[in-house]
Amino acid sequence: MDLTTIVLILDSSVRLATPLLLACLAGLYSERSGIFDIGLEGKMLAGAFFAAAAAYWTGSAWLGLLAAIAASIVLALVHGFASITQRGNQIVSGVAINFLAAGMTALLGQAWFSQGGRTPQLGGDARFGAITLPGAEALRDVPVVGEIYYELISGHNLIVYVAFLMVPLTWWVLFRTRFGLRLRAVGQNPAAVDTAGVSVPFLRYRAVIICGILTGIAGAYLAIAQSAGFIVNMSAGKGYIALAALIFAKWRPWPAMGACFLFGFLDAVSIRLQGANVPVIGEVPVQFMQALPYILTVILLAGFIGRAVPPKAGGIPYVKER
Amino acid sequence: MSAPFEKLPTWVEVGVIPLVNVVVAFLVAGLVVLFIGENPLEAVKILIWGALGFGEGVGFTLFYTTNFIFTGLAVAVAFHAGLFNIGGEGQAYLGGLGVAVAALALDRYVPWWVTLPVATVLAALFGAAWALIPAYLQAKRGSHIVITTIMFNFIASSLMVWLLVDHLSPVGSMQPETRTFEAGGTLPELGGLFHLFGADMGAAPANISIFVALAACVFVYYFIWRTKIGYEIRATGLNPTAAVYAGISTVKITIVTMLVSGGLAGLMALNPVMGDQQRLQIDFVQGAGFVGIAVALMGRAHPVGVVLAAFLFGMLYQGGAELAFDMPTISRDMIVVIQALVILFAGALEHMFRPGIGRAFALMSTSQRERVVAEEERS
Repeated sequence: MDLTTIVLILDSSVRLATPLLLACLAGLYSERSGIFDIGLEGKMLAGAFFAAAAAYWTGSAWLGLLAAIAASIVLALVHGFASITQRGNQIVSGVAINFLAAGMTALLGQAWFSQGGRTPQLGGDARFGAITLPGAEALRDVPVVGEIYYELISGHNLIVYVAFLMVPLTWWVLFRTRFGLRLRAVGQNPAAVDTAGVSVPFLRYRAVIICGILTGIAGAYLAIAQSAGFIVNMSAGKGYIALAALIFAKWRPWPAMGACFLFGFLDAVSIRLQGANVPVIGEVPVQFMQALPYILTVILLAGFIGRAVPPKAGGIPYVKER
Repeated sequence: MSAPFEKLPTWVEVGVIPLVNVVVAFLVAGLVVLFIGENPLEAVKILIWGALGFGEGVGFTLFYTTNFIFTGLAVAVAFHAGLFNIGGEGQAYLGGLGVAVAALALDRYVPWWVTLPVATVLAALFGAAWALIPAYLQAKRGSHIVITTIMFNFIASSLMVWLLVDHLSPVGSMQPETRTFEAGGTLPELGGLFHLFGADMGAAPANISIFVALAACVFVYYFIWRTKIGYEIRATGLNPTAAVYAGISTVKITIVTMLVSGGLAGLMALNPVMGDQQRLQIDFVQGAGFVGIAVALMGRAHPVGVVLAAFLFGMLYQGGAELAFDMPTISRDMIVVIQALVILFAGALEHMFRPGIGRAFALMSTSQRERVVAEEERS
């Protein structure tokens, strides 16, 4: 395998990891505040649909992105209302949100565009195009460094860079700000935060809204950056993979990036390995590679590779003492 | 900590509140139809006619109902132990493998009534086996069963695609499916029964597996409310700490409950694989495992409730198909929306209307009491 092949595989890993990373960080905020979120998938899907629909009507990728974020926040607030205000079961609420998004996007897609649930093809300003970083063209012919810089680092669309910049930002917010400290505390011991005079519901609502914003961006990436339009069920389990990555990362931002990149890499390799013979092992079934993130997560959850301990108050509605 | 909600009489608790929740879910679904620009009442009319108006419609409704009874029971049994089995989809998929193994091995040699019990046992065993690993991991190693069962759904799907594409499809066939079963691997349809009532079932695939489903309901009733282990399951679900103090092994309860739950989900495969398609195909479960969640929530995890809710969802599936045909702006995805709303309002938001209903009830009972007092004073 030569350098070009490796760079190309890593390049598609980055593209495939981006929506996972955004959704994973989204889940990170929510779950660190004690609200389990199985509904990442649904919010991403809703984001993708409304991004494509708005971008098609307005011709602007930016308005598409805004619509995606708005739609995703609405679903996040439904989840917040059910699990914070109404103290409902967070898992059940997340499942409902996934179905709501799956049904609504296909239903509205069919009612509005009559193309079997998909939106019309988008082009031009309705999509986020590739950005060539400064100096990429000039460095292109320099061996090794130029190739890596031109192919791997430069030439992605805006959302890819946003996703990767969100990692240090998330780390800073969670571990270096007062908001982050309280957010982590409310996921561990909401009673203590309450005693300190900080509103548990308000903190949790903010976390859930941040989660909505990030999943909305992830959805917009799927529909108007990576592809040129929405197709039915286009999130295709990415929300669950992001959830798996979150567990894999043990609810921490930098490992989240690593886990998402790993899962993106597995995806990229499985596409590339289709039908190819691997030395020693022979032909690896594509299905096995596709199932690998899930299998790894189960093995991790079983405690065979480290221990994934979720935030202590996760999944438990907070009832103020009276 | 103070109890978050006041206690209401049983009939309000198990009757009025769930009913209000489900009604609200359907009202919101009606709003969605309005939003799309169609008449909800017209849509309901088409839906009910499509589900129950003619023999073939009823046949399809019963076919879907059968699926949902199995998956609904599977989720319901797990609920009783406080477990949320979201893996019905994968367990049903594996159950299909069990059915296919039985049918492929026996269909040429024995009649269907010999194959059926074997297929039933194998479907339940395969489904249970797929639930065993998440159950073991939850019980022994503390991994969250919701997450592991979700992961197992995806793993099951990959595994089955691999098996069907590379191993089970007949030589020379490009279709990812097994060969078609012979007569010994097919279940009799309900057409004859329909004729007794003077109806024609047409091409509807309703078959005798519906009786297996009803038998499973009876089994679940006895298992949960009439056996020692059923009592232990309910005790664990109501208060795990107290159950441990009472000497109940949570490890045993988790594993037994999930085995039964997975087995019930696996049985669902009898209906589409042996009853309808007569071969194992990719994606034959078609979301029935997830519908089971809505069915169990709506049926309050009781077999009778599950049958009623499964029938309602069966109507939605069949009537929804007719609706999509008559009102092209409303696609079949409307059913998924309704399913989501039922899960939302009957599950996650189940306490939303409780304070209101509680207040209304308190008002009602005080006015009643005042009337009684007033009458007593008069006499």
